[in-house]
Amino acid sequence: MKRVVITGAGTINALGQSVPATMEAMREGRCGIGPLEMRDSDRLAIKIGGQVKGFDPESVFNRQQIALYDRYTQFTLIAAEEAIRQSGLTFDGDLAARSGVVLGTSGGGLTTQDENYRAVYEEGKNRVHPFVVPKLMNNAACSHVSMQYNIKGPSFTVASACASSNHAMGQAFWFVRSGMAPVMVTGGSESMLCFGGIKAWEGLRVMSRDACRPFSATRNGMVQGEGAGIFVFEEYEHAKARGAEILAEVAGFAMSSDAADIVMPSKQGAARAMAGALSDAGIAREEVGYINAHGTGTAANDKTECAAVADVFGTHADDLMMSSTKSMHGHCIGGTGAVELLAVLMALRDGVIAPTIGYEEPDPECALDVVPNEAREARVDVALSNAFAFGGLNAVLALKRT
Amino acid sequence: MEVKNKVVEILAEQAVLEPSDVKMEMSLEDLGIDSLGLVESIFAIEEAFDISVPFNANDPQESDFDISSVARIVEGVEKLVAEQHP
Repeated sequence: MKRVVITGAGTINALGQSVPATMEAMREGRCGIGPLEMRDSDRLAIKIGGQVKGFDPESVFNRQQIALYDRYTQFTLIAAEEAIRQSGLTFDGDLAARSGVVLGTSGGGLTTQDENYRAVYEEGKNRVHPFVVPKLMNNAACSHVSMQYNIKGPSFTVASACASSNHAMGQAFWFVRSGMAPVMVTGGSESMLCFGGIKAWEGLRVMSRDACRPFSATRNGMVQGEGAGIFVFEEYEHAKARGAEILAEVAGFAMSSDAADIVMPSKQGAARAMAGALSDAGIAREEVGYINAHGTGTAANDKTECAAVADVFGTHADDLMMSSTKSMHGHCIGGTGAVELLAVLMALRDGVIAPTIGYEEPDPECALDVVPNEAREARVDVALSNAFAFGGLNAVLALKRT
Repeated sequence: MEVKNKVVEILAEQAVLEPSDVKMEMSLEDLGIDSLGLVESIFAIEEAFDISVPFNANDPQESDFDISSVARIVEGVEKLVAEQHP
């Protein structure tokens, strides 16, 4: 089996439009959640979100590109550019033929769907733009990355709601580890902060109207975000041979399905995925110093996740740190695991643990060190990244310091 | 009375019971309505009475809307109808 390392990272999200900007915001415990700016926002019951603001697509893309790129694809391409540039890779010949792109998204081109449903149903138009289908499809972002960088190997999109990007990165990890691909571009993107996307979440009545406060006794629900995180996963010897800078090693991955409930999480399912990732990586649980939590800020997720961590780690659960950066950038749904992997890289590389902000009051059912409100310096050798989706689909990555 | 009958009808449909089997002192648990069923019932109530029910599934106890029994739910809906359709 090959070793898999990360040699490039890129992002755009409510905290920043690059990795350095995002990590700086995480270090400072800044909140990217604010009032939603969109058409008809007066009709929304939930008026806050982790929206990407101050982003002008026309400064990055030309008119023909914008006609083809939904907002989620735009996010993907911006993050991919940063990640691939950092990796220093150029894809041609055998490298191009064997490398691939596996991305996660839950809703794909939702903004495109929203705008065009509005045109035909509300405005009564009988005609839509010819690119609606290629713009809204869930694999559009993946295909545009593949086209832009000449990446011609195994490429597809994974959709498993809030675990999409972790599932995608798990597949990418396997492709490289098995020797099937020398390099995989992976991660995920979501832009569900459109009128219809927010209305749908309002319906479930799990959204907070004021803030995302994971693990706090005062938490009252999740807050949606948007954005993308893209990474270059590369075979270790390949990276070493070309003298690439290595950000971290991806050491293990595991998935599980609760097979229980379409929305309620299961402690057993989450625990099996965390334990599976450790066992896949050959890592003892005592080595884990940090967990980037799924930590949605709902009553159900946070207590279930803490109970699962206690089950997997036993007494070591009291010695590790676990934080939820959703408190800062919101829940980026299918892109969330990828945006959150940046907090894992920051912990492993820089020894800085991103905080759980908005923390007000301890909850006896979430009695772990959740790094409340302020970032902390600590040396971490091994970290996990949790994603537990609606539908009970869980995906956990284990990363190591290099 | 009208509100009561309609609320009972909505809860009975969710619980797959006859309206006559829904008693005012029963809790949602007695009716076998889980969290997802509750959210669906509240949606049906909002649609039926054209009202907005303040309810957050994260802290049902702290929501302004009391769901501890069928009687409390009926009272809550009557109050909301009076407030929102005076």
